[in-house]
Amino acid sequence: MISATEAPSRLLSGDGTLDHHLARHGRLPLLDGSQIIGMARDASLTGRGGAGFPMWRKLGAVAASGRPPVVIANGAEGEPLSGKDRVLLTRQPHLVLDGLQLVARAVGARAAHLYAPAKLLPGLRKVLADRRGAGLDPLPVTPTVAPDAFVAGEESAAASAVAGRGAVPSDKRVRVVETGTLVQNVETLAHLALIARHGPGWFLSAGTFLATVSGAVARPSVVEAEYGVPLGELIAAAGGPTFELQAVLVGGYHGGWVPADLSLPVSQSALAPFGASPGAGVVLALPAHACGLAETAKIAGYLADQVSGQCGPCVNGLPRMAWTLADLAARRPRPGLPGEVARLAALVTGRGACRHPDGTARLIVSAMRTFEADVAAHLAGRCLATGGRR
Amino acid sequence: MTRLHIDWTLCDGRGLCTELLEEMLAEDDWGFPLARDGSAEPAVPAPLENAAAHAVSRCPMLALRLVGRTS
Repeated sequence: MISATEAPSRLLSGDGTLDHHLARHGRLPLLDGSQIIGMARDASLTGRGGAGFPMWRKLGAVAASGRPPVVIANGAEGEPLSGKDRVLLTRQPHLVLDGLQLVARAVGARAAHLYAPAKLLPGLRKVLADRRGAGLDPLPVTPTVAPDAFVAGEESAAASAVAGRGAVPSDKRVRVVETGTLVQNVETLAHLALIARHGPGWFLSAGTFLATVSGAVARPSVVEAEYGVPLGELIAAAGGPTFELQAVLVGGYHGGWVPADLSLPVSQSALAPFGASPGAGVVLALPAHACGLAETAKIAGYLADQVSGQCGPCVNGLPRMAWTLADLAARRPRPGLPGEVARLAALVTGRGACRHPDGTARLIVSAMRTFEADVAAHLAGRCLATGGRR
Repeated sequence: MTRLHIDWTLCDGRGLCTELLEEMLAEDDWGFPLARDGSAEPAVPAPLENAAAHAVSRCPMLALRLVGRTS
């Protein structure tokens, strides 16, 4: 089970109570909508759900949509390797809900929702009741259950779920923001609540992100760090590696494998050459004795099972891609197998209502590149990582 | 620039569009339309605008739209 690190931090320490919140952070300052959007812009605050889109541009688009705006705090966290939103909603739920009130004010929202897994909702209902009692929520917040499914946290799936339809992605001909709906990850909202108190300049110099570090580490944890932190520091904060490491998966199941270079900065620009990004802050350490292709095939199989069943290329392509990779991982080579993996990855990319096919393809392509030597070995019936021979 | 948008949640792979607009669309492994230019929302060249409009109107699932945006 993933726990929060013991190191002192801004977003992770706290007991979730209103008393603690008010003693530590105080009430929100009074800000008008344009001030809030300006602060998000000046702080360069980007979304922490994975896509990394600038918050202020979403706020502006929703405000300009001409539709009655709805704001949603997205705590669905369908990514199995991520635990940071759950920890945040347990330790500092009031920062998240302060942030939700701020974006509500920024876009002139008529309704606000908290979208979170069922097991967190009883605690969050108590949090919401405390806030109502203290007059902290001028716009009442409705809790909604986020199903336990990988795509349930996707922007349009979250919007659909709070509207009472299924938590499945929808077509993007009309973008979600154009429908007047703002979906923001809970961590992004917590950062906004701190920016409102301390200012954009403070955030630019001291802003952080949450990472969930697991795999071959002594203490799988949620840790808080600044962007650009060396990969090795995140791993050290999770107790350090338990084995020699072969590679690290950054960004989660839709992320990319990078070499186990512990000096590699965790930032957009440093990870881009590997086809990876910090995403929602997921870091998985792969030990030297584990086969990266087999690990990726397992993940690809899971992702193929998590298809929502709406889009033909994804419904058909993800299982085919997963089986093909599984054949390679299990050393059942056939002529042209690596080429077939690459072809299928290109075939599914961009051909779905959401980015589930794209993200799955990206993960697999990065595995083929990072574990290139093992691809060649597997084709010859061997595995370099496990020493296996067939 | 007009582009052809495919709503994948509606598309059933009936294949009319790939017949009516074969200059732009091929069939993938499962019979779903695949833009020949490799893009997610292919640009419609001016000489094909009528054929594209025809394909849009004939899609039995109403899964095709012509859109004006550039991305």
